[in-house]
Amino acid sequence: MKNLKQIINDCKELAFDLNFTRAKKWKAEKDGRVIVGYTPIYFPREVIHAAGGLPVGVFGGGDRKQIIKGDAYYQSYICHIPRSIMELALDKHLDDFDGFIFPSICDVLRNLSGIFKQHKFGKFVKYMDFPQNFLPQIGGVFYQQEMEHVMKYIKEINGKTPTVEELNHSIGLYNKNRQMIEFIYDIRQEFPWRLSIEDVYHIVRAGTVIPVEEHNEILEQVCIHIKESIGEPQDKIKVVISGAFCEQPAVGLIRAIEEAGCYVVDDDYMLGSRMILGDIDATTNKPLEAISNAYIKQSQYSSSIYDVDNPKEYRLAKIVEKRGANGVIFASASFCDPSLLDAPIFQNAFNKMGIRYIAFQFSENINQFKVIKEQVGAFSDSIKLWEDEPVLVTK
Amino acid sequence: MSKEAIKEKSMILQKEMVEGLFNDLANVEKTGKKVCYTFVPGNLSELIRTFDMLPVYPEINALQSAMRKKSGGYIKEAERNAHSEDVCTYVKCDVGMMMKGNIGPTGTKIPEPDVLLLSYTGCFTFMKWFETLKREYPNAEVVMIHTPYQENAEITPEMTQYMVNQLKEEVIPKMEKVSGVKFDENKLKGFLKLSAEAEDWITKIFDTTKHKPSPIDAYFAGVYYIGPINIGFRGTPEAVEYYKELYSEIQERIRLGLGPVTPEGEMKEEKYRLVVEGPPNWTSFREFWKIFYDMGAVIVASSYTKVGGVYDMGWRHDPERPLESLGEYCMNCYTNLNIPQRIDLLSKCIKDYQADGYVTNSIKSCNSFSAGQLGMMREIEDRLEVPVGFIESDLVDPRYFSYSNIKNRLESYFQMLAQRKMLEKQEA
Repeated sequence: MKNLKQIINDCKELAFDLNFTRAKKWKAEKDGRVIVGYTPIYFPREVIHAAGGLPVGVFGGGDRKQIIKGDAYYQSYICHIPRSIMELALDKHLDDFDGFIFPSICDVLRNLSGIFKQHKFGKFVKYMDFPQNFLPQIGGVFYQQEMEHVMKYIKEINGKTPTVEELNHSIGLYNKNRQMIEFIYDIRQEFPWRLSIEDVYHIVRAGTVIPVEEHNEILEQVCIHIKESIGEPQDKIKVVISGAFCEQPAVGLIRAIEEAGCYVVDDDYMLGSRMILGDIDATTNKPLEAISNAYIKQSQYSSSIYDVDNPKEYRLAKIVEKRGANGVIFASASFCDPSLLDAPIFQNAFNKMGIRYIAFQFSENINQFKVIKEQVGAFSDSIKLWEDEPVLVTK
Repeated sequence: MSKEAIKEKSMILQKEMVEGLFNDLANVEKTGKKVCYTFVPGNLSELIRTFDMLPVYPEINALQSAMRKKSGGYIKEAERNAHSEDVCTYVKCDVGMMMKGNIGPTGTKIPEPDVLLLSYTGCFTFMKWFETLKREYPNAEVVMIHTPYQENAEITPEMTQYMVNQLKEEVIPKMEKVSGVKFDENKLKGFLKLSAEAEDWITKIFDTTKHKPSPIDAYFAGVYYIGPINIGFRGTPEAVEYYKELYSEIQERIRLGLGPVTPEGEMKEEKYRLVVEGPPNWTSFREFWKIFYDMGAVIVASSYTKVGGVYDMGWRHDPERPLESLGEYCMNCYTNLNIPQRIDLLSKCIKDYQADGYVTNSIKSCNSFSAGQLGMMREIEDRLEVPVGFIESDLVDPRYFSYSNIKNRLESYFQMLAQRKMLEKQEA
């Protein structure tokens, strides 16, 4: 077993390998293998895995890719991630990818799928329309058809239609993956000093670019390490980060928040890997229906899911309560409609509930965090100096 | 100082229709009519009418507020309440208007909604907008119909079935519950028949720009022409009458060889024919239009006039397939088309209407239109070798309309068009 430091270093390299070396090597090892890139936030990777593919997260270049060509495609008042994904594509980082999936999260990524189609990147481009109708017999059926559409595209490349057993096997692997990620968060809830949030981020993000079997091995080792009493507690408040993260913050920003006096005990940085709460049934003879039911009935809240019957402000408040957090940090990507349009909903509700919060905006390529660090530091100090009762959500 | 606008009979008809709607809205307490808030793209006007409800269009209120110079204050009000500077200004204008008492364009209070009907078509922000409205109007019934995107440039049978299932199992039962009116398919069919008729007329109207000079401006005047069909009158005899009258007026203009009517009278000389992509700016609408007509530029086609439905490719509401037809209508609105479809449609307009150029008015706070416009512009330029122009403004936020910048850019663009025309003439 590797030591924790080695594991984290490996994950750091994997998570930000913008050449997707491991995925390309995996594809080259055997005929019929395909790489399917998917953009944030969530895609049921089980489907690609069962069809003989490797789902690979395409989350932008962050602060590690200079944007030149991508800026020619997007006006200054559009968020950063589409220009950064275009830059990756135009600079041939995604050349070995067989297809691309754009989950329906906002107008910008929806239209980016059209630009990808126009450029004929990959062998297929699929805008994945997630249902906003949450009745299994209506929205659920539509969602299954969308998944079948993806499987049809992959079959056109490798001739493979996954069996029920293969789909259930894949569901099982991803169930295990989600369980272990949640275990890490649960441990951190009590002992956040055992593993920094920056390390958690690298570990989880690494899982989006390598086979799930390999990621599960990594997670198993991490779980063993953090069961041990390691690290030293510091005088920090506990916070939940909420940002509807499609565009990812620079790692420096993730680090800065903890350095400024906060333990981040929950977040939605890599929401896609944690979207389904609990397991998907891996024992049915209708695995697509099982995936669909899980999405409809046991998804985490998200700014991209219509929430009228299940208001997001109460769901976030429940997370704050469950994690014993002292407050919330709202971090929205600049010009991110879903996140920014949610801001008044969250903030008005939290004002009434008495949950303390701060809010700021970021862009994936900013690497100056002094102002944000000061803001977070002041937030942490204010809570430490005027500590309230723990949050109790009544609704 | 601008001159008094000239009013034709069709304009008077439209004014009467809109005033009638707002009067009806002002009197709901007396009449007991139920009020349905909904949006223009994917609007289910015929269905709303089937349940005897009155529609309210928040984005129309927003643009009307902008034309009356009230949107700036409303937006600031919303921003004081945690709304970001960088999001859709229609939303903020609407929220600000609500905070200030919800006084509509005609000066009367707009009644609260009994139902929020979200036919979520081509614009993600609509969904977020209704999440906000739901929290403002907790007693309103919420009806959501998720319209699948034409991601693969097609409407598949599965997509239509998804729409029909939602209509049957969710939308119609909830509308029945709120209105107390039982769904009557024959009544709906009657409205759909009239809708198809109005759609025929409006298609013929926008097709008149093939004439030289074009008898109409298909963007600045076009936004008025699409009013009745988009704001609840589709499916009524009044809308059919309006479009017949408008068509007849345009035919007369063609017969007389006249150009478009502008706020300052007839445009005397048509120098440039343009296709425009993107919504207009509403806060300085007249000044914006004036830059074009002063330069002799007429818009022969625009994407914005297709935002409430794309009829020029032959699609029509079909009374024989009422629910399927409503579903297809929603899926066929402009912003529900994928980027290659939009490029193809605009390219066709440029060719069919013999445009000299293509201009994008990129709206700061409207990603549904704006994201991808630069790529579309490059493709159209490459494909058709047509000169392209690019300007930026906003829907209803007066802070983002920079008259001098826009005028300078357009003047340079028109100079380029003039130069090109001169060279073409020399080569000929």
